[in-house]
Amino acid sequence: MNIFIGNSDGKPIYEQIYLQIKNAIAKGELKEGDALPSIRALAKDLRISVITTKRAFDDLEKDGFIVSLQGKGSFVAPVNREIFKEELLKRLESSLVEAINVACELNMTDEEVFAVYKLLKEE
Amino acid sequence: MDSVKIQKLNKSYQNFALQNISFNVPEGTVVGVIGENGAGKSTTLNCILGTVKPDSGVLEVFSKSVSQLSETERNHIGAVIGENGLPSNLNVKQVGKMMKSVFSEWNEGVFEKYVTKFALPAAQPIKTLSRGIKQKLMIAVALSHNANLLVLDEPTSGLDPVARDEIIDVFYDFMQSENHAMILSSHILSDLEKICDYILFIHKGKQIFFEEKDALYEKYGILKCGVEDFEKVPKNAVVGFNRTQYGVSALVEKEQISSKYPLERAEIDDIMLYFLRGEKL
Repeated sequence: MNIFIGNSDGKPIYEQIYLQIKNAIAKGELKEGDALPSIRALAKDLRISVITTKRAFDDLEKDGFIVSLQGKGSFVAPVNREIFKEELLKRLESSLVEAINVACELNMTDEEVFAVYKLLKEE
Repeated sequence: MDSVKIQKLNKSYQNFALQNISFNVPEGTVVGVIGENGAGKSTTLNCILGTVKPDSGVLEVFSKSVSQLSETERNHIGAVIGENGLPSNLNVKQVGKMMKSVFSEWNEGVFEKYVTKFALPAAQPIKTLSRGIKQKLMIAVALSHNANLLVLDEPTSGLDPVARDEIIDVFYDFMQSENHAMILSSHILSDLEKICDYILFIHKGKQIFFEEKDALYEKYGILKCGVEDFEKVPKNAVVGFNRTQYGVSALVEKEQISSKYPLERAEIDDIMLYFLRGEKL
């Protein structure tokens, strides 16, 4: 699993870790039961503070993506595919809303929009 | 539990006074102390070491008043203070031998490991060593007597970027243990920015803030805008600002700024500069 910390997107560091671990789980790079690095080891490797790392892990645990066992470390929780599916659906919806808005600006009919959709999909 | 607990610490000298400093160093965390030269950083660190006696206030290390610490407990504090903490006529090897009688839990094996790791010349007298090498030697000593708490005044000053990175690595290794804690001052804020969990900011003997580092990023941002726009910004949101003929840049409290203004991330450097050098409204 790769984790990259950057400053360019303005996201707080704990959120960057949160999202990248979550994505690794969604993509199946991390599987149920896989051990995550310890908070302190990860902080060292990423050159960030312990509290920042802890916050990312706490959020991941709160949202059900990982389980932390006292003295044993953190593990990937049983994957709830529904959560990921829902998120993808939300992404689809927001992309479509944007497309609809642009279509309205162009005064396109549904048929015209659908024709573009079909054309793009065939490519 | 707190490794260090300080409440309303006061210490007056003829022309300088440390006033009402309050903060703690929780076990497992790193506190960075920032401020100008002469702000009171070293005085604060020396109080923790017991080398400066405060006039008033609570001053505890390992949940015990610093003046009551036993010899053994004192040995569990590792310190790097000042440049000339070691006898200048001795060489590295002799320092190792001497420390055996200074610290009850001196670990020669660990010391030798650091001597090799930092490539310290074993036979040269300390006075002939460069500042960076001396600094590394003092860090090696601080890490070789089973300390749980490190108190470090400017531990990375005088070191080149490669050596600083090496030292930061060693500090991270030290912090792999959950019952270890560190407090360090530095002017090289990018070092602090990496490892510190909390930031203590002192100015002219007074505490400007003690905050979780991530909370600082959440609280402050840099606003860049034109003069007209800047006049619309609520006055109490502005910590400090710089005006040029091309526009205004300001350190602001994010919460009080309308989201239509894009804010840039404020680094610790920025926060310190705007607090101390920025114009005030």
